[in-house]
Amino acid sequence: MAAEDLPSEFDVVILGTGLAESVVAAAFSRVGQRVLHIDRRSYYAANWASFTFNSLLTWIQQHHEEPQPEELQDWSSLLEEGEELIYLSNSDSASIRNVQVFCFTSEEDEEEGAPGTKEDDRGAADGDAVKETPESQSADAKDKAKKQKAEEEEEEEQASQTKGEELSAAQSQSEATRKKISYAQLVKEGRRFNIDLVSKLLYSRGSLVDLLIKSNVSRYAEFKNVTRILTYRHGNVQQVPCSRADVFASRQLSVVEKRKLMRFLTSCVEETDEQRAYKARPYLEFLYDQRLGENLQHFLFHSIAMATEDTTTEEGLASTRHFLRCLGRYGNTPFLFPVYGLGEIPQCFCRMCAVFGGIYCLRHSVNCLLVEKDTNRCKAVIDSRGQRISCRHFVVEDGFVAVDRKKRATPPRFLSRAVLITDSSILPSSSDQQVSMVTVPPVAAGCPTVRMVELCPSTMTCMAGTHLVHLTCQSVGSAFEDLSPLVTTMFRTTESPDRETSPSVLWCLYFNMADGSGLDVKGHDLPSNVFVCSGPDGGLSHEHAVRQAEWIFKQILPEEDFCPPAPNPEDIIYNGENASSTGEEEEEEEEQNKQGEGGEEWKEEGKEEGVKQQEGGEEGGEEGGEEGGEEEGEE
Amino acid sequence: MHGRVKVKSTAQQEEEKRKEREKKLKIYVAARDACFSKRKEGVWDDGALQITQQLLSSNPDFGTLWNYRREILMHLETVKDEDEVQKIYEAELSFLESCLKVNPKSYGSWHHRGWVSTRLPRPDWAKELGLCDRCLSLDDRNFHCWDYRRMVVKKSGVPVDRELAFTDRLIGSNFSNYSSWHYRSTLLPLLHPESPEPLPSPRRPPPRSSPPASPQNHSHRVCEAQLLKEYELVQNAFFTDPNDQSAWFYYRWLLGRAEREEMISCVLVSREEETVTVAFSRPVDAQPGGLMLLLDGQPQTVEWRSVPPRFKHSPVWICDLPPGTISDVTNEHNLTVHWMERHAHRDCALYTGRTESWCRDSATDQELFRSELSVEKTSVLQSELQSCKQLQELEPLNKWCLLTIILLMRALDPLGYEKETLAHFQTLREVDLMRSAYYSDLCSKFMIENTVLKMEYAEVRVFSISDKKLTTLCHLDQLLLVTHMNLSSNQLQRLPPQFSMLQCLEVLEAENNLIEDLEGVFHLPRLEEVLLKNNKISTLADLRPLASCPKLKRLDLRGNPVSGLEEVEAALTELLPSVVDLLL
Repeated sequence: MAAEDLPSEFDVVILGTGLAESVVAAAFSRVGQRVLHIDRRSYYAANWASFTFNSLLTWIQQHHEEPQPEELQDWSSLLEEGEELIYLSNSDSASIRNVQVFCFTSEEDEEEGAPGTKEDDRGAADGDAVKETPESQSADAKDKAKKQKAEEEEEEEQASQTKGEELSAAQSQSEATRKKISYAQLVKEGRRFNIDLVSKLLYSRGSLVDLLIKSNVSRYAEFKNVTRILTYRHGNVQQVPCSRADVFASRQLSVVEKRKLMRFLTSCVEETDEQRAYKARPYLEFLYDQRLGENLQHFLFHSIAMATEDTTTEEGLASTRHFLRCLGRYGNTPFLFPVYGLGEIPQCFCRMCAVFGGIYCLRHSVNCLLVEKDTNRCKAVIDSRGQRISCRHFVVEDGFVAVDRKKRATPPRFLSRAVLITDSSILPSSSDQQVSMVTVPPVAAGCPTVRMVELCPSTMTCMAGTHLVHLTCQSVGSAFEDLSPLVTTMFRTTESPDRETSPSVLWCLYFNMADGSGLDVKGHDLPSNVFVCSGPDGGLSHEHAVRQAEWIFKQILPEEDFCPPAPNPEDIIYNGENASSTGEEEEEEEEQNKQGEGGEEWKEEGKEEGVKQQEGGEEGGEEGGEEGGEEEGEE
Repeated sequence: MHGRVKVKSTAQQEEEKRKEREKKLKIYVAARDACFSKRKEGVWDDGALQITQQLLSSNPDFGTLWNYRREILMHLETVKDEDEVQKIYEAELSFLESCLKVNPKSYGSWHHRGWVSTRLPRPDWAKELGLCDRCLSLDDRNFHCWDYRRMVVKKSGVPVDRELAFTDRLIGSNFSNYSSWHYRSTLLPLLHPESPEPLPSPRRPPPRSSPPASPQNHSHRVCEAQLLKEYELVQNAFFTDPNDQSAWFYYRWLLGRAEREEMISCVLVSREEETVTVAFSRPVDAQPGGLMLLLDGQPQTVEWRSVPPRFKHSPVWICDLPPGTISDVTNEHNLTVHWMERHAHRDCALYTGRTESWCRDSATDQELFRSELSVEKTSVLQSELQSCKQLQELEPLNKWCLLTIILLMRALDPLGYEKETLAHFQTLREVDLMRSAYYSDLCSKFMIENTVLKMEYAEVRVFSISDKKLTTLCHLDQLLLVTHMNLSSNQLQRLPPQFSMLQCLEVLEAENNLIEDLEGVFHLPRLEEVLLKNNKISTLADLRPLASCPKLKRLDLRGNPVSGLEEVEAALTELLPSVVDLLL
């Protein structure tokens, strides 16, 4: 839609398409509010986005560019009596830092390279080297740049700039038994990737799943079960038995341990006096006193409660209970992952918003707010085209709020993230389509706990023959400093060439992202009807964003239902329809009406649903069942 | 508020739904009537096939229509060539698939599928197997599918090891599945038979030449190496969830549940009564001509009657010898009883001067009562008992664990573990109140078995089991030779018909019970004394069976409701003229 076509009046203007903003948009639109939802970026979902390999390369490039000095235009001509201007920040680049890329696979297809000849050829034919270190890349970068797209060139140069001093020419020449996927293949098959900037999972009974079901937004998405919970222990990746079937099948637990584990898990469901007595004492202490043995204690502490040293017994048991409640709803683990990546979820809510009349504009921003001095309320915004758009409420992603206007109780924290494309799973099993959640306890005191999610191609997030691994932890240093030691211990890279049984890393990306958990919705130096949505937090769940969205909605419309179930298309009464008429005539009439006004949208949606079902995730079906149940109860 | 989506109200929706249902019903009824009239007229054409298909796809449980469809299909078989028939049946299979989606547990659809599959000229069993697997992945306990699958497996000859792997998979995903465990129990003996011979016929007669003929039947057993693996698997299941009974049942099957071989366990000759009594290891029907009696080599024409007389199958049979044949004490006689059906026989010699004689296997020789779990080796049972005890330590109140421990203890050493067994039974009764009567009966059975064993070790004919909380009597066929029985201070309510098997009984002590029924004290030729003080006998009619015991002299009925009745003494004197010592 061209900018000049934008209506000049809305109930709510929302800037930023992250999860919280999108949920807010859907909620308002659903109850009849006029919503304008815009994002300065060219893609949906802000820091919650998922990218194809190629668009991720573009994203990386953008984050290497110097932020361009903002030209502050003077919009005071648009000011009315008693109004003042608040400029918004035009760049959200502060939320991402320390982007570093490493490529460990050869730049070109290596059809011609027979394994035995590699060593001899290496010096002469650069393209044949199986493992390219960033150094060798930098040497070759000039030649290659001609062939590559500009953005890739950027990426390579970046890689060479950020080369670790330890990345020497220590290349493994003895390997290459595995047929490796080349960088060119990754680029060629780039569309097979959907690489998430955040790494989270949906708890089967978490607030996001509840919201998706309640609002009927689930019809726009499909999910896969996380198939197993793993942990890293004594230098090995082990499966964590958490469901009854897992415990039964586990080979690492003795029968007595099996009984103790099942017993402990069953006893967790309801609070006992013993548990109450430990309440504020460390959870670790409570577990220790249960005499479960070291094995079980590790599983229960790190993988099921996902606790740290500071976790109290009360908190530990609460998260254990949540874990258990979520088990078995959709499968053997408590988690779901959206097919095509997490970036789908905000988009699904945007879609719901659009279905109910919300208007969307990407590559479009708000430059400043017009504030009525007397009331300290934002009356209107001025968009990037200089149009004045009046609104009653303004919701904004925190990245667009100038730093000096934000109030935070604690200094901003960062998350360390790594994304690896690997050639095999960290724990091979009978099925090569496993989705694994891996908990990695701190390697040493003071080190962060790392959360790892390994995705397989059937989640539609990576190309066949690869796995996509997401690592997340609270930052201590840069993402590279925090996570690369773990990567080199668990995977095979140029630094750890002797880890023959571990999966090889083909490509990896490190970056830091601002942790949104420390920022409040209100309390900033902003007009009273402006609400700030923080970016992604470091938690595994989506509770933070969903809670934030609901809170904003309730502040503005305390009487309204938050995301009530969307009606079925056939139950909607269109203008001019006689409410009391029933039967066949009505159906015809309805059909006509649909085609006449807004019907296209519904139709399109129906088509889309059909397509998704064909692609057929088992979980889709189950979601559907759940949905059906909700519909029955609808009033 | 403006812009809000208007949604039809519930009443409106209801009305629409109702109308739609009405319309559907009309169409359905019309089609059904059309179908019935076509069938009456004997129309077997494509049109009929189509109309039944429409009806069945909305209601696959309409049995008559499936029958009609089969008639049509069988007719079409006679008029079409093989390729066409193949096509028709293939279409039928895909139609059935859609019916199964409507109702995955439709008897009609599964039966019809089975029928079609067997008639298909070129069946695609792999596809059928795939369908079953899909169905079972949706509901791993759909027994219709299990049934159909067994048929498919049989017809297509799927190798046994692949089927075993299939049960592995299903048990792995959810072990609360009787079908999987049971299927396993049928596959294992085929894949890992106990004997080195690949597939012993289950009907193979037990080898006669082998040393002491074992009472257990060894067919359907599994080799030891595999058994040990199975023990491990099933232990994993019951340690993971001790409250899941399917694993425990499989465990009991693994531990071996042998049945006693049918045999003549005892022959008793009585000079005075001129009778021969034969006891069998299991109830048999010896009528007519099932048994042949040779007296000193001469076949005798005798009439066998079962004890108690109403039982068509009984472990005890009696015949009267022709009067005078053995009455002379100075004569010695040799008897042989032939059991025609089993080609078995047993000899018994009645020596000079003896009034009776018998020949039998004692319960201790046969290890009669260990048959529940006794097939396995002692060392294996011992280690299984250890793991169950380990579980019991963690789950002291788990009933399945307790019961299994009791059974294992009985298999190992019934007398040695008696005290522990009783304690476990007490716990069982407390933790599983609903089944406390069952546990009491089972405990009674075990106590009786122990008493029998003790009696046999002592080589006496006195059976004494007082103050053991007995609630029921059993194994009475083992007590053929008992002369003196003490059942006092238990909780017995009746002396059942089987009680009349105690052909040698002279004295019955049954004070302080809850007996209200004496049905089994019937035709006991030697019974002289019956002590029933403090029981619940309330009417004269309850005492009537005693009238058939010719030698009854002493009867104690003190503390029974019946003794308070008016003129009871006179009535009893009339009913039981032989009684000289009556206590009321």
